[in-house]
Amino acid sequence: MEYILLIIGAVFVNNIVLAQTLGICPFLGVSNKLSSSVGMGAAVVFVITLATVVTYLINRYLLVPLELGFLQTIAYILVIAALVQMVEIVLKKVSPALYQALGIFLPLITTNCAVLGVAILVVQKEFNLLESTVFAFASALGFMLALLIFAGLREDLELVDVPETMKGAPIAMITAGILAIAFMGFAGLV
Amino acid sequence: MNKSPYWKIFSNGLFTANPVFALLLGMCPTLGVTSSAINGLGMGLATTFVLILSNIIISLVKYQIPDKVRIPCFIVIIASFVTMVELLMKAYVPALYAQLGLFIPLIVVNCLVLGRAEAFAAKNNVFRSFLDGAGMGLGFTLALTLLGAVRELLGSGAIFGRKFIAPEADGILIFVLAPGAFFALGLLIALIRALQNSARKTAKSR
Repeated sequence: MEYILLIIGAVFVNNIVLAQTLGICPFLGVSNKLSSSVGMGAAVVFVITLATVVTYLINRYLLVPLELGFLQTIAYILVIAALVQMVEIVLKKVSPALYQALGIFLPLITTNCAVLGVAILVVQKEFNLLESTVFAFASALGFMLALLIFAGLREDLELVDVPETMKGAPIAMITAGILAIAFMGFAGLV
Repeated sequence: MNKSPYWKIFSNGLFTANPVFALLLGMCPTLGVTSSAINGLGMGLATTFVLILSNIIISLVKYQIPDKVRIPCFIVIIASFVTMVELLMKAYVPALYAQLGLFIPLIVVNCLVLGRAEAFAAKNNVFRSFLDGAGMGLGFTLALTLLGAVRELLGSGAIFGRKFIAPEADGILIFVLAPGAFFALGLLIALIRALQNSARKTAKSR
């Protein structure tokens, strides 16, 4: 039950994109087409979950015992960058089909602040390993959900007559704002 | 106005290629921390600090770094300065640090910082890189403070904590929450575009 609440909280109530405004760059950047946003979403779910588990273990068994807490930011970003690179290499070898689908999105993920953000959040919230993993997976699902809804909206937006100055980024922002209001309706659910 | 090439580099980030309004870089902190003008200013200055120092160091060591591993090297340099800012802010402005919270370590993944390192500091000398960092940083600060001021004014009727409406009155609460960030930024970008367009039209008709 506790974990179900954690998942609902991370996917809907505190949605990582729409409530905490993390990972906005890919949210605005790759949401032009529904098909590419599915690929990006899947890649992010994979990397966030993996990165959070690895950084959790590094923090718990390396940084804390050695009292190197101040190195957290540097260590985390290096781990994430190395991990993304590794995932890319492994995927290329093991599953070329999946690599074809996710490949181009992987390098972009290193600078997706949702990855580093979730890794730091689980430290701040003092979760244990299982809670961290569930929270990371659910947060990433929330990212994917927001990305998919937004991509669908933007595909429709293509056909709409938008005033000249509002074209592109501004109208995307307004749409995201309305979507964020819709997600505010979930507040108080958990 | 001095039209020297140095002024051009500096003012490029400040106005023409403003990181937020023109380049749309660094959107996460832009939307995440600008619930008040002071938060925007603090975040902007912290980012400026990192941007200037990382630009200087990267342009100093650019010939020593092998081309293939330059991105990880840049990230480590940037992360070191972010850690410095983090510790300094924790020590001297703990209240602001608590407000900005998660977004301070996230300066590492601000595409603006890495973007300027890669696009400018890796190709130019120290002084020019310093000017570029300062211009971009201050442009970012300007944009964040402006957005913070607009949201604070609409959301709680105040700017920099000074209230303009009756003390018991509330503002439009939505503007200090996440949806308001999207609305305010979208409208500000549209407004700046409209101003630029009309300026271009008057320049043409002259």
